[in-house]
Amino acid sequence: MRVGLFITCFNDTLFPGTGRATVEVLERLGVEVDFPFEQTCCGQMHFNTGYQREAIPLVKRFVDVFSGYEAVVAPSGSCVGMVRELYGRAAELAGDRGLALRVAELQPKVYELSEFLVDRLGVTDVGAYYPHRVTYHPTCHSLRMLGVGGKPKRLLDNVRGIELVDLPQAEECCGFGGTFAVKNADTSTAMLSDKMQHIKSTKAEVVTAGDNSCLMHIGGGLARGRSGVEAVHLAEILAAGSGERGSS
Amino acid sequence: MARNERDAATAAPDAFSGGNKRDTPPFEVTAKVALADNQLRRNLGKATQAIRDKREAAAGEMPDWEELREAGSAIKTRVMRHLDEYLVQLEDSVRRAGGTVHWARDAEEANGIVAGIARENIGEEGTREVVKVKSIATDEIKLNEHLEKEGIHAAETDLAELIIQLAGEGSSHILVPAIHKNRAEIRELFMRELGLGDLSDEPEVLAEAARIYLRRKFLSAKVGVSGANFAVAETGTVCVVESEGNGRMCTTLPDTLVTVMGIEKIIPEWRDFEVFMQTLPRSSTAERMNPYTSFWTGVSEDDGPREFHLVLLDNGRTEVLADEIGRQSLNCIRCSACLNSCPVYDRVGGHAYNSVYPGPIGAILTPQLAGIGSSPGADSLPYASSLCGACYEVCPVKINIPEVLIHLRGKVVRNKQDNGGAKAKLDPENVAMQTLAKTFSDPRLYEASQRAALVGQWPLARSGAIHSLPGRLAGWTSARDLAPVPEQSFRRWWREERGGAER
Ligand code: SF4
Repeated sequence: MRVGLFITCFNDTLFPGTGRATVEVLERLGVEVDFPFEQTCCGQMHFNTGYQREAIPLVKRFVDVFSGYEAVVAPSGSCVGMVRELYGRAAELAGDRGLALRVAELQPKVYELSEFLVDRLGVTDVGAYYPHRVTYHPTCHSLRMLGVGGKPKRLLDNVRGIELVDLPQAEECCGFGGTFAVKNADTSTAMLSDKMQHIKSTKAEVVTAGDNSCLMHIGGGLARGRSGVEAVHLAEILAAGSGERGSS
Repeated sequence: MARNERDAATAAPDAFSGGNKRDTPPFEVTAKVALADNQLRRNLGKATQAIRDKREAAAGEMPDWEELREAGSAIKTRVMRHLDEYLVQLEDSVRRAGGTVHWARDAEEANGIVAGIARENIGEEGTREVVKVKSIATDEIKLNEHLEKEGIHAAETDLAELIIQLAGEGSSHILVPAIHKNRAEIRELFMRELGLGDLSDEPEVLAEAARIYLRRKFLSAKVGVSGANFAVAETGTVCVVESEGNGRMCTTLPDTLVTVMGIEKIIPEWRDFEVFMQTLPRSSTAERMNPYTSFWTGVSEDDGPREFHLVLLDNGRTEVLADEIGRQSLNCIRCSACLNSCPVYDRVGGHAYNSVYPGPIGAILTPQLAGIGSSPGADSLPYASSLCGACYEVCPVKINIPEVLIHLRGKVVRNKQDNGGAKAKLDPENVAMQTLAKTFSDPRLYEASQRAALVGQWPLARSGAIHSLPGRLAGWTSARDLAPVPEQSFRRWWREERGGAER
């Protein structure tokens, strides 16, 4: 299977390691990956902040770049959420019926990484080794917009050496919310401080999630507080270790 | 904290109607005041957490919960699509049952109608007073203040409403208006305002004190004022759902009853109650059945009020109705589940929203009723959310609040761009968004800007982390570090490893 990788502008620029890890995991499982250079950004930040006219060309670009692939995979729940849940609305706003049809055709082929591994490949053990105490934060968009449910946890459960601990109040928002963290910085910080307390209470060394935007926010807070807890993207944990898959 | 800022954060908001200017401050300003109040955060956090857990259990025990949500949504959506017809039908049914129907375009008209009825029926002797059961629609139009100007006191009889009325504050929650207050605060208030001598802060003692005080009011009042949770178009039946029984006293003891309801509160048929009587109590107080549900249809001989008036309030609602995406906001049955599940509401409380409708539903309803562009406050509300979606998940009528928030943000930005003149175009956010949109629409420009970011950040990077950002982004680094931009972007790595188009 040949999949189109959507690395997202955010990962491409700030968290390239997550992109490399995504490639590593997919290739380890025999998937042929392609990174179309013409990709830039899904338009989520513009669309969600209210700059919807400005997002339309980005939506069109995304559809142009990725329509030809059998499947599209991205290591970001929120960007996949944008494509799957809001692209239809964007096409409607653009008043472009042709675009709407192409969007509808593309949407079911776009997967967040854990969905792709579990639903499309049917794999829950990617052969990773990660000997650390880890807690998982389900980001709001993966949890509620995409409904990835227990998929990331099933993948983590099969990582050798890992000690997975439950996060109290896991489903509560970390307070990132894109421009929310800038426009309502005080409220965002209040939400973050509770999230950090819950993370610290688990005594985990690492907090993981399927989205680097939330992780940057959480990790940035943890770093400022010198907590010693590190924020690591799910893809990087799945890419770690020997690459030998277990028999389970 | 400046005193006037604090006042602005707790005072009752201005009445609003479509297009009216309400000079409310932006959410981030009032939120800051609220966030500084540790007592408030403690009171709130405790109360919402408890009810959140209970609601989940109450909804979870219904095997057909999702179907019930779907049904509630379908009924309300149908009502909104044919609201004009249902309203005429309701008017007809109420008249046939012996009631009088009044139409009020805005707050002023509605207040005038209620004041007129009150003046006529209070009589000249005794206290000039009406008793009221919790009604958000009358808070929306500031009925109490209006009556006060006419020399008529509106005595709130819902316990929580009474508390905030005595405290001179606005409501901070649509179901538990005094949620921001704890027992000790309430005890002090009662002792001071009701002149009751020493009280303990046991809930029973406080409730008993209120009961004695209110009983006198119920027995003397000639006019009762109520809101409505539902009105049945088919039969003309009005319904109030409450948990103390005080509402029932208000609607049955006085000779004259005036009900003020927003035009969206209609349900088509009696049997539609089946759905809402299951979803509303479970969503709001996590109860299987609501304690006091009162129904009345017009007037009846020797039972209840002799006169019944129904005031149908528009106050901006027909404009909301005209917006295809925003319209679903009118489906709200005011259960307050979205408030209790909202992490933003949870931290800042209701006053920060500067509206009688706080929380997620307020963030979409207030700017629509007041009008986009009517005040900095209204325009800031669609941004008072991290778009986490918890509100949508719990809403018993499936209002897609995040969808409406994003839609309204689009309207706020478009309004600024199209009507804000040169100043709006030069707004730093607008400039940044335009530049980014241009950059993202061209992969070459985009890659060039990645390199520029790498160079541009150097003055900010300290010991491997960025501790402070300039300008509008300073809020970000006030509490978080930012990792520096890595040397090699993903696309550069891919090109170097795998080859590909050279730029
Ligand atoms: S929007 Fe939904 S959850 Fe919120 S108060 Fe209204 S009905 Fe309840």
